[in-house]
Amino acid sequence: MKKMLNVALPKGRLGEKVYAMFEKAGFECPSIKENNRKLIFENEEIGVRYFWVKPSDVAIYVERGAADVGVAGKDILLEYEPDVYELLDLDIGKCRMAVAAKKDFRDDNQRTLRVATKFTNIASQYYLSKGRDIDIIHLNGSIEIAPILDLSDVIVDIVETGTTLKENNLEVFETIVPISARLIANKTSFRFKAESIEKIVSEIAAQTEADK
Amino acid sequence: MNLNESSLSFNEKVIFALRSLYRERGYSQYKMSKFEEYDLYARNKDFLISDSVITFTDTNGKLMALKPDVTLSIIKNLKDLPDCVQKVYYNENVYRISKGSHAFKEIMQTGLECFGDIDNYNICEVVSLAAKSLRTVSESSVLDISHLKLIGDITDSLGVDEYGKKEIIKCISEKNAHELKRVCSSLGVDEEKTELIRLLITTCGRPDEVLPRLEASLNGRTDLSPIKQLREIIDGVDEDIKDMLRIDFSVVDDMKYYNGIVFKGYIEGIPSSVVSGGQYDRLMNRMKRKSGAIGFAVYLDTLERLGTSAKEYDVDTILIYGDSDAPSAVSATLKALSVNGSSVLACKKIPEDIKYRAAVRLSNCEVNSDEKNA
Repeated sequence: MKKMLNVALPKGRLGEKVYAMFEKAGFECPSIKENNRKLIFENEEIGVRYFWVKPSDVAIYVERGAADVGVAGKDILLEYEPDVYELLDLDIGKCRMAVAAKKDFRDDNQRTLRVATKFTNIASQYYLSKGRDIDIIHLNGSIEIAPILDLSDVIVDIVETGTTLKENNLEVFETIVPISARLIANKTSFRFKAESIEKIVSEIAAQTEADK
Repeated sequence: MNLNESSLSFNEKVIFALRSLYRERGYSQYKMSKFEEYDLYARNKDFLISDSVITFTDTNGKLMALKPDVTLSIIKNLKDLPDCVQKVYYNENVYRISKGSHAFKEIMQTGLECFGDIDNYNICEVVSLAAKSLRTVSESSVLDISHLKLIGDITDSLGVDEYGKKEIIKCISEKNAHELKRVCSSLGVDEEKTELIRLLITTCGRPDEVLPRLEASLNGRTDLSPIKQLREIIDGVDEDIKDMLRIDFSVVDDMKYYNGIVFKGYIEGIPSSVVSGGQYDRLMNRMKRKSGAIGFAVYLDTLERLGTSAKEYDVDTILIYGDSDAPSAVSATLKALSVNGSSVLACKKIPEDIKYRAAVRLSNCEVNSDEKNA
């Protein structure tokens, strides 16, 4: 019996783009395009099973072996540091992790910097590397209002176009790291489903190369 | 003593099998206390998988710890005899933070250590035993071998600082060729040398395919002695596990402690490595020991979900007796029912929520009814 390759796709527009890449690589699953609320789709003939999961959960599914491969943003990989292989930069879902603050913000080194963020690990590592003393404030959303309400001096967040920042009178002060979607694989699956995984990597690498 | 195999859990069977495997090769069991002075771990924090340790103050005021690791204790307590070889195996509980729950967990760990004048034979033996340990658990398993001297030589030749080396080694361990390109470019590493590292990331597979290719590509660019040693080790391991070995340089352990041959073992169906080990002469050195060392650990906690499906029944038969039944009659009936190792629970009333295959009722010392599973 053919070994089934389990693929965790991030729900949403990015996931649809990713599926198109997998389909083009020869791992098609027509039922995924049906308009319904199903979350798991499989093509037994080819030996592939897709499932839609919350983007921030993809790495967990892959690390714990429920999915053999998946696509996760670099922000999630840096924040949670899952024990997985990062095989490919898909060059889509591009944005950056940045430090933003009110336009008139000036960093006063004499005081502890208050940083509001969803990405506490990335922010801590970044300021540790700069030797800056910080006070991390973990928020789950609406990060942009933290400096306006004087909850924090700066925010560390994902910036795509910068429109939300602008509308809230904030601007980017530093870019921490560029972000894009990455193909990740479970370490055990990489050994036991090597043929399928290597095929996906080489086919999708060729697609991203051609799109450059 | 009669031991009924069906009464053992999968992990217990594995522990017994591994114990006899290690004993056959002359390894003797090393028993140790559950506690160790905290200072030992504080000095070697990076060696531990997780740096959080459960501590308590002993009656004499010393700060003690519940063992998070076995190897450090063995090194500390075993006599340093660099001219001969000492072989020990262990089967101990360790206390670590579980990655998933972020809480402390008691983890059963087994493994072996070989100290002293370590030669290629000793390395072959340890690698063979690591592979056989995996095969004891499952036929579908692989052991990936890497050589830290090769990785160290190449990263040292790049002319980057320790932070840069760390970044590059992280890329190797993640098989992250695209990030490597970015890191090398930001560190000013030229393309030829970046390609050398990329070769380590992309080269993996069967030794007979990988090693000749690697040797040809690295010839004249770095010291080839690690490749030669890898060949010798792969030639020298037991014949019956040769098909399990793969070369994979994403197996990179902390070079502050490890050196030379390192390996990790994987079993199909278990998402993380089950076996991890290698040479750790540098740790020995840090602990002021003259002996060399190699060993590995088998993470038995990872096997929990393997080889067993959820139990269908709590007990095979329930023997229900009444006040009028003599204990000797209950005991004789129970004995008669528990043939071929099947389990029998004697009670007056069937406990709630129990699943059983059959129930037998004893009345006035006679079996007079047979109720099928509820």
